[in-house]
Amino acid sequence: MNNPLTFTFALALGDDALIAAQRLAEWATRAPEMEEDIALANIALDQLGAARLLLSYAGELEGAGRDEDALAFLRDDREFRNCLLVELPNGDFAMTMAKLLVLSAYQLPLYTALAGCADERLAAIGGKARKESAYHLDHAALWVKRLGDGTEESHRRMQAGIDQVWPYAHELFVAQPQAPVDPATLRGEFDDTVSAVLAEATLTVPESGWAPGGGRDGVHTEDLSYLLAEMQVLHRAHPGARW
Amino acid sequence: MYGSDFPGEDAPGGLLGEVEAAEAALRSAAARDREVAGPDTDLADHFAEIVAADQKIEPRDWMPEAYRRTLIRQIAQHAHSEIIGMQPEGNWISRAPSLKRKAILLAKVQDEAGHGLYLYAAAETLGISRDELVDMLLEGRQKYSSIFNYPTLTWADVGAIGWLVDGAAIVNQVPLCRCSYGPYARAMIRVCKEESFHQRQGYEILHTLAHGTPAQQAMAQDAVDRWWYPSLAMFGPPDGDSTHSARSMAWKIKRFSNDELRQRFVDMCVGQAEVLGLTIPDPELRWNDERQAYDFTQPDYAELMRVISGDGPCNRQRMDHRRRAHHEGAWVREAAAAYAAKQASREKVAA
Ligand SMILES: [Fe+2]
Ligand SMILES: [Fe+2]
Repeated sequence: MNNPLTFTFALALGDDALIAAQRLAEWATRAPEMEEDIALANIALDQLGAARLLLSYAGELEGAGRDEDALAFLRDDREFRNCLLVELPNGDFAMTMAKLLVLSAYQLPLYTALAGCADERLAAIGGKARKESAYHLDHAALWVKRLGDGTEESHRRMQAGIDQVWPYAHELFVAQPQAPVDPATLRGEFDDTVSAVLAEATLTVPESGWAPGGGRDGVHTEDLSYLLAEMQVLHRAHPGARW
Repeated sequence: MYGSDFPGEDAPGGLLGEVEAAEAALRSAAARDREVAGPDTDLADHFAEIVAADQKIEPRDWMPEAYRRTLIRQIAQHAHSEIIGMQPEGNWISRAPSLKRKAILLAKVQDEAGHGLYLYAAAETLGISRDELVDMLLEGRQKYSSIFNYPTLTWADVGAIGWLVDGAAIVNQVPLCRCSYGPYARAMIRVCKEESFHQRQGYEILHTLAHGTPAQQAMAQDAVDRWWYPSLAMFGPPDGDSTHSARSMAWKIKRFSNDELRQRFVDMCVGQAEVLGLTIPDPELRWNDERQAYDFTQPDYAELMRVISGDGPCNRQRMDHRRRAHHEGAWVREAAAAYAAKQASREKVAA
């Protein structure tokens, strides 16, 4: 393999985007309003598009002949490298927006930094994806504010969503000094972005010492295996078939 | 977004050309001067003249109350069909067999939501709100196309829906691009263009399956076997039994009879099925030289009536799903309204 560190990095980002897309797409036909059905599908499509670019590139770096589909459909959960955040079940709409806020506030500075990195392919992917992430962040921030500062019920649900999701942010910023972008360097911008949104939404930043992790090493929650079972079932039932 | 990463050409007999012709006709109708109704003009005569001249009735024009009601009913039911129609295909997004197919399918289901929204907006120009129309759907007072009450059992059903159901929808809707009511005609042009992409994508899914492994070929044939007759039934009951047709024809809301459109659809599909290498499940299907059209077996209209009346395989499931999404989203819509009201009052204070 040419560059195992870049491979691992591209794979992890690709898996984040793929699993996020799979979860967001679960909202299709179920969103709270029709416009939101369209918006969530858009965001899912952006994530899926980024996933395809990243996984294709990871496959090329690996040099073992695996394409985007081999990586998406033929690995087991212990081989996936996504963060735990994206595999968490959607919960209610507030929890989904909490997940999207944390994810996009992480992906935006990440892709922005990637756009300036030395690896040309990753730089091109970062340059494209950061514009999409900016829209995802706007969308999530708008809903977090609406729900946080909406009705009593929505405030309660939004705070609960943030409380549930917050501990999973830790894993996103674990230092990888050798990676094309070291996620630890992004934490400051993330904190600034998210705390401004939460303050405007009249929500509080949860205090929790719990910092679950392991996704980057392939140690996931129980949920991922179920997600993959559904996502992979048809592809695996027809080995070698073209679609 | 979609369609561009899609190899392949229009399925033979593709309908995009017809949509473009309707669009050109719409532009030229708009360019022709329309007589303006003065204070002395008889409104009913004026309406009749516009329709006779193939020009468009616009929301501000006088129109017969029955014309308005007919259009509201038809456009709303069309909008409901787009929204309910997201479910059968949405059923396969999570399991799509490749990432490319997943992206195309997700984009398609998203397009259907968009179609629903333009159509609700077109209906709103007739003086009714989307909320009222959605309530009528949820209370079962307005219908949606019966085709969506059939289940999608395999991946090939996604292909069969694209090819046959979107195909039948386009055959039905291309003439609506020339409908006398302007907002509906314009919405249909936009919708038909996207539907023709859907049809092409469905055809391509089936083509890949039909040229794939034996299991994939069997899956494709099974899907066509199940979707063929329900697709024929999409054109509605035979002309003799159709209740609203004559008046809608006179108003140029409808331009061809159910049976004419059904025939056009069959004639279009036969050649496409041959290219696909799939069999249309009709032993009576054969070319009739005298009629210059295919003879074919009619769908089971008793079954169509049962499905319309609520007893299809998935009617309950589709309605429960839609009602659940609506009810579970209520707190979100309330929050958005409360937040908007707070913002508005803050702006007032600030001003
Ligand atoms: Fe549609
Ligand atoms: Fe469609």
